[in-house]
Amino acid sequence: MSQDDLKKTPLYDAHVAAGARMVPFAGYAMPVQYRDGVLKEHLWTRESAGLFDVSHMGQARLRGVSPLSAFEEITPGDFIGLAPGKQRYSLLLNRKGGIIDDLMASRPDDDGLFVIVNGACKDNDFRVIDDELAPQVTIERLENRALLALQGPKAAEVLAKHIPEAAGKVFMDSWATTGFGVDVLISRSGYTGEDGYEISVPAAAATDVWNTLLADERVKPIGLGARDSLRLEAGLPLYGHDVDETVSPVEAALTFAVSKKRREAQDFPGAARIVKELAEGPSRVRVGLKILSGAPAREGAEIADADGAVVGVVTSGGFAPSLGHPIAMGFVPPALAANGTRLNVIVRGKSGAAEVVAMPFVPNRYVRKV
Amino acid sequence: MRFTKDHEWVELDGDVATVGITAYAAEQLGDVVFVEVPDIGKTVSQGDGLAVVESVKAASDVYAPVSGEVVEANGDLGDAPETVNAAPEAGGWFAKIKVSDPSQVEALMDRAAYEAYLGAL
Repeated sequence: MSQDDLKKTPLYDAHVAAGARMVPFAGYAMPVQYRDGVLKEHLWTRESAGLFDVSHMGQARLRGVSPLSAFEEITPGDFIGLAPGKQRYSLLLNRKGGIIDDLMASRPDDDGLFVIVNGACKDNDFRVIDDELAPQVTIERLENRALLALQGPKAAEVLAKHIPEAAGKVFMDSWATTGFGVDVLISRSGYTGEDGYEISVPAAAATDVWNTLLADERVKPIGLGARDSLRLEAGLPLYGHDVDETVSPVEAALTFAVSKKRREAQDFPGAARIVKELAEGPSRVRVGLKILSGAPAREGAEIADADGAVVGVVTSGGFAPSLGHPIAMGFVPPALAANGTRLNVIVRGKSGAAEVVAMPFVPNRYVRKV
Repeated sequence: MRFTKDHEWVELDGDVATVGITAYAAEQLGDVVFVEVPDIGKTVSQGDGLAVVESVKAASDVYAPVSGEVVEANGDLGDAPETVNAAPEAGGWFAKIKVSDPSQVEALMDRAAYEAYLGAL
């Protein structure tokens, strides 16, 4: 795909003006970094506040007859029990129990369910949702909205200047309000492991909101490069890398997204496989690896046991700026998944020592009560 | 100092060439977090992989600008890979190669030609 075929978010010009290096991502020209570079942007987000353009992600409203209960037909989450003002992380599942995408779904207001899915998956996701749930549920893609993420320990005090009630919300709260002079849909969540917010605004207002937030000296623009290293340290899987249509929620170590009630009812796609894996264990499981020596192990690097036998593969990895050493995620058999297990990662034919460690690699700082 | 289109530099002293990457390459890579230098005694042909340099984002190969035998590698980069960013054309060198064909060095770009090449990128 040539640069000309790439879609642009409403913030494209603002990125270029800020000195961003633009790269293709999910069909869009997106900023991979600004002038400070990945390392400084990463650390700034952890110590102050970073502003991300995530407008490539898919936003939609699901409306109709009981959209909450209908959504349970394609996910393993308890959506009938989703209270107004709350958001839930969930998984779109295929009939084999594989993950079509991971997503956030919330009730910011009384207007059905507000869903945010990955940019690279959105066309397929919305087709699947429509195929499975129409005509009971109708889907409206919110193509005319941008999505900004404000993340970091100072995100709350920055946003409270513009939207005072934001400070009183907790992790995974979701609400609709007026802010920056326009209608906004906000959740207190994100994908960096930090406290913060995701803010959906009308596309026409996106640049104004972006510039208003950046006018605060505590806020800097952060590119996709640091977004990736931040989510890696937070132990969060990246769809298409750590998770795909062959991987089940149990293998992906996302069993928290399979609600207890739904496990008992076994009424979601792929329930037979998932319930069996919950009872007997999966054949492989996603683990965190601390790289003890040698080069960073990146996606595709083989994982070997102490005897040198290949037992798994790295699905994402790199240098962890907040830790000062490389980390990785990958799949190994459950017998080798216990914390402290010594393994090796093979990078360019050389074996480097690695140890299975708990995720998140960097403690998350979600605000669960105020 | 001579330069390649892949943004390596070579400085010849007698028949030993010191090899690194240019300031432009270091800037493009971003913050270097790991460098893999070659083993001493390794024989390389022009264009072979010589070293690997890793930023937060990705791993990139550094190619041998000339053929010869590796006689020294910059072990300091193990503990201080950021030297590649701080001093790419000095302390950030990767390896020294005893060149087998000095005319390969002569055929590379001089600084004026390299800067013209960068200007056209």
